[in-house]
Amino acid sequence: MTHQVPALTTSQKKELQETALRIVTPGKGILAADESVGSMGKRLNQIGVENTEENRRQFRQVLFRADDRINSCIGGVIFFHETLYQQADDGTSFVKMIKDKNIAVGIKVDKGVVPLAGTNGESTTQGLDGLLERCAQYKKDGANFAKWRCVFKIGDTTPSTLSIQENANVLARYSSICQQHGIVPIVEPEILPDGDHDLRRCQYVTEKVLAALYKAMSDHHVYLEGTLLKPNMVTPGHSCSTKYSAEEVAMATVTALRRTVPPAVSGVTFLSGGQSEEEASVHLNAINNCPLVKPWALTFSYGRALQASALKTWRGHKENENVATEQFIKRAEVNSLACQGKYTGGGYSESDQIYVANHAY
Amino acid sequence: MPHSFPFLSTEQKKELSDIAQKIVAPGKGILAADESTGSVAKRFQSINTENTEENRRLYRQLLFTADSVEPCIGGVIFFHETLYQKTDDGQLFPELIKDRGMVVGIKVDKGVVPLAGTNGETTTQGLDGLYERCAQYKKDGADFAKWRCVLKITDTTPSELAIKENANVLARYASICQMHGIVPIVEPEILPDGDHDLKRTQYVTEKVLAAVYKALSDHHVYLEGTLLKPNMVTAGHSCPQKFSNQEIAMATVTALRRTVPPAVPGITFLSGGQSEEEATINLNAMNQCPLHRPWAITFSYGRALQASALKAWGGKPENGKACQDEFIKRALNNSKACQGKYVSTGEKGAAGGESLFVANHSY
Repeated sequence: MTHQVPALTTSQKKELQETALRIVTPGKGILAADESVGSMGKRLNQIGVENTEENRRQFRQVLFRADDRINSCIGGVIFFHETLYQQADDGTSFVKMIKDKNIAVGIKVDKGVVPLAGTNGESTTQGLDGLLERCAQYKKDGANFAKWRCVFKIGDTTPSTLSIQENANVLARYSSICQQHGIVPIVEPEILPDGDHDLRRCQYVTEKVLAALYKAMSDHHVYLEGTLLKPNMVTPGHSCSTKYSAEEVAMATVTALRRTVPPAVSGVTFLSGGQSEEEASVHLNAINNCPLVKPWALTFSYGRALQASALKTWRGHKENENVATEQFIKRAEVNSLACQGKYTGGGYSESDQIYVANHAY
Repeated sequence: MPHSFPFLSTEQKKELSDIAQKIVAPGKGILAADESTGSVAKRFQSINTENTEENRRLYRQLLFTADSVEPCIGGVIFFHETLYQKTDDGQLFPELIKDRGMVVGIKVDKGVVPLAGTNGETTTQGLDGLYERCAQYKKDGADFAKWRCVLKITDTTPSELAIKENANVLARYASICQMHGIVPIVEPEILPDGDHDLKRTQYVTEKVLAAVYKALSDHHVYLEGTLLKPNMVTAGHSCPQKFSNQEIAMATVTALRRTVPPAVPGITFLSGGQSEEEATINLNAMNQCPLHRPWAITFSYGRALQASALKAWGGKPENGKACQDEFIKRALNNSKACQGKYVSTGEKGAAGGESLFVANHSY
């Protein structure tokens, strides 16, 4: 404990930190296009499109062919393994298309959730086996950041101490391994919005989860400046009867982060969870307008909240490609404004201006 | 773990947060005047003054009645005895301090005790009856408290036990204080004794602080109503390598950025064995460090505010003004330093560090 055995050289650290900072450059966030085959199946199903490799390639193409307008909005794209090796119609690799726009390429590296025996339906995430070698390969294939998702749920007895400790530990192990190969780990401890708990409860649980996470990161000697955090926003449960304003969500979220996330972390890239495109943008905007001191970038890493309209417009038809891509560009531009606190559009709850300055739960 | 059982009301939290912010308001820091009777004995011995209760009262009176220090001093830490002493005109010291717009603090720990089975490591005692003592101290005028834990760097220390145990006792103390509207200053001092280099101190400081903040989270401590009193990250006293003030500042701020959540309103450094000038210059360098610092970075100095004043006094009443002048001088210097505005008058050891600046240096 008292002697340092440096895990990284100074130049390795420099590379990691620069990559992280580039992804969260002011005005930029992440396009999470890493839906697994199963998840893509659900999306394509909703628009009546068959879940084939070709269709998945076609849809990612809709997103990746966006013109230079997204260069100032998107700092990174998270890929699923299959997509990392696919090409556009003209044969250009997706990786090259993204890199040519000066956007960082990321890769989802976890292998999904598995149950934690003896708990009330809780899980951990697998994927550590051979991760060191996989990271080396991904780095060669163009990735310089990665993503790993853990899941928590709020219930009467959850999240349990075991779940918090185990997931924090596995996230720290994953981070440590990634950094050995110059890959910036995005750490995602998602607390699901399922349930009827209120905002305060979500805030409390988020604080406990994040505190455990950063202790584990310290224990595993992870270089924080070369990491990003992808947390849930602090919101009430889906079936909570109380409604909260965007400012309340923002205040609760920023307060939780201020109590747990060391300033050395280069950026916080929120997941959108079940939020609609507009909700996710309005919340992100409110977060960036929160008057508390926020020493990290606060931006987006959105999947559905960037793609929903594009998907619905595309419906699997090649002739809809242009219009569908426009929908994506629009959301990218809106979120680019939101992550700078400059988004003025949006008709989400203008009536509940229940702003509570310095509110501390 | 998944349910919150709030024990502080919104008003209680606001009170704690307001007190903490008041102490570390821009330009302000803390006068640590909480030397125990035994510690005062050592100070007085160096100026050939008898360690009597009256002499201790006279000396503290000089500090507490010094002019023009209000913009520099946000809080004063008292030793128990001093909290009940009075000025020559019969005013209780805490009242005097409060009247002058400064916050009154009280040292509440009861000293270090050995941790069996370790290589000379310690924990700190004082939790027994602390709840009741805090209630009384609050009535008697105290709005913040201080508790010091000690860790040391050697080949085998600090051990995991020392880190965990001290982090835990600091969190218990903090939790108890907050129940009575008292802001806990958490002091996990890593001693500068040894020949270890800057990197080693930084590494140990990061581990210790990570454990402290995990413990504070586990004990449900309200961070916005606390302050941190850490050591600066410096090389050991007998380290052959010398480091510039900028390197010390960079190492210190880096360690803090990796461990101290932004919710903590202020970091009030201890001066350890540093000279008055060194402590001021290092504080200044930290406030000029280009890395983003979301907390106030200021001082909680004992010797580094009092050394010259003590010497000027020499135990003689006719030296009262000279003593106060020295103290005021140091208070003003540190007030500038905690805003990054201190310009050294070229005292020995201060110059020559600027050229070794390493931008964005990360150990």
